[in-house]
Amino acid sequence: MMRYSGFKVIKEALTGHKGWTPAWRDHEPKKHYDIIIIGGGGHGLATAYYLAKIFGKANVAVLEKGWIGGGNVGRNTTIIRSNYLLDGNEPFYEFSMKLWENLEQDFNYNAMVSQRGVLNLCHTDAQRDAFRRRGNGMRLNGVDAELLDREGVRKLAPFLNFDNARFPIKGGLLQPRGGTVRHDAVAWGYARGADQRGVDIIQNCEVTGFKIENGKVLGVETTRGFIGANKIGCAVAGSSGKVMAQAGIHRLPIESHVLQAFVSEGLKPVIPGVITYGAGHFYVSQSDKGGLVFGGDIDGYNTYAQRGNLPVVEDVCEGGMSLMPMIGRARLLRIWGGIMDMSMDGSPIIDKTDIDGLYFNGGWCYGGFKATPASGWCFAHLLANDQPHSVATAYRFDRFRKGLMIDEKGMGAQPNLH
Amino acid sequence: MIINHPLLGPRDSQEFVYLGDANLIDRPDWAAEGAVDTFHDYLYQRTNPAGLHQELWFHEQGDRSWLVVTRNTLTHEITKVELARDVARSRGRSK
Repeated sequence: MMRYSGFKVIKEALTGHKGWTPAWRDHEPKKHYDIIIIGGGGHGLATAYYLAKIFGKANVAVLEKGWIGGGNVGRNTTIIRSNYLLDGNEPFYEFSMKLWENLEQDFNYNAMVSQRGVLNLCHTDAQRDAFRRRGNGMRLNGVDAELLDREGVRKLAPFLNFDNARFPIKGGLLQPRGGTVRHDAVAWGYARGADQRGVDIIQNCEVTGFKIENGKVLGVETTRGFIGANKIGCAVAGSSGKVMAQAGIHRLPIESHVLQAFVSEGLKPVIPGVITYGAGHFYVSQSDKGGLVFGGDIDGYNTYAQRGNLPVVEDVCEGGMSLMPMIGRARLLRIWGGIMDMSMDGSPIIDKTDIDGLYFNGGWCYGGFKATPASGWCFAHLLANDQPHSVATAYRFDRFRKGLMIDEKGMGAQPNLH
Repeated sequence: MIINHPLLGPRDSQEFVYLGDANLIDRPDWAAEGAVDTFHDYLYQRTNPAGLHQELWFHEQGDRSWLVVTRNTLTHEITKVELARDVARSRGRSK
């Protein structure tokens, strides 16, 4: 097992970089595992990592249809934050934030965790009241939150359009511990950490069916043959409907939608943290390479195509121009789309299914990236102990039946509005 | 996307508001046996298919009619557009 360190980098630089070994092995699937995780994205790899590291389960495989980190963990806008209002959510996301803060030391990989602050702007008195309430909710859960007045915002981001006639900036809610993370490195770091602890990461291995007898799952059919397992965890985000249908679960409280993200050409450092517009749907940060990374709303219709349409591109760019007119001359470098598992109340599900031995992790909407460490930890906890982790007890399938929805935005059962 | 409105011809999808799965037409009977379960399924469960999907669009910026659009969720290709009124009637709803 190779440890990465500054000393190692210098040593390799002086000896021609001949000592580096692959970060994870390439495995042939075994006939049987204790636990199989379907989906080699952030959540699946984190689950495998914590299963091996915290819960002592090393006979684990992660099955990935393409290459690891090729899905949403490599397609998001890299923001981490724990600025939620509701009790079902906030302890979970704060648990995630604490894991982010120690992640690089924990898995010995540079994920470029940068706590540069997340600032939500407000534009009306009512919105300020709502932000104050959310900030107080955060503080009650021991999370950092600061309500900034107009001058406080101006100090952080003097370039904003403060005096827009329709949406003047009245202040903002700042979470200083929020920030950004190098998203691909999260997948790679978890993959390497899991591999070092004995987990098999199997790429180019698509699940094509489940073997289920007497209501108990026995394994999966894949493009690389049958693989048996005692327990199977499904963490496939936007493909949840497709994969669960193979297990005979044809209806979920989830719709798949496309979210587009954007990056501009590289610019000199200008945007200090993450800034979100409270009037339009627009959020922006600047990558360490200089590109403005930004996004907006989902397109709003069911889709599995990893591309969106122009009306939302226009809408997002209008939001950007309204908030910070200075970016008008920046040219867009790339636009891409990822498939979001939009749930019926905007909150996720980490739960058992009606099939014995089959577990489900999904419904992350477009907030899955920040949840990656806690989602992995809590899913591993559920897989290992058959009990939900204490911060994830609300993420159950039956909350819709029982009327215990966790609806941060108060939109009701309409996934495209969350 | 262009939606070929049965009354108005081809219209930009931006004129419409999207609601979701066209099964929302089939609102269950609140007084029936097991209404709690049928309403749970009606409100919160979706088939979410990868492929042909029948869905409700509302022509908010136009004639304010509800349409049932058959669209492929893998390609965004629209193959059929009907008035939701006609679909509901053919299913035996609201004479």
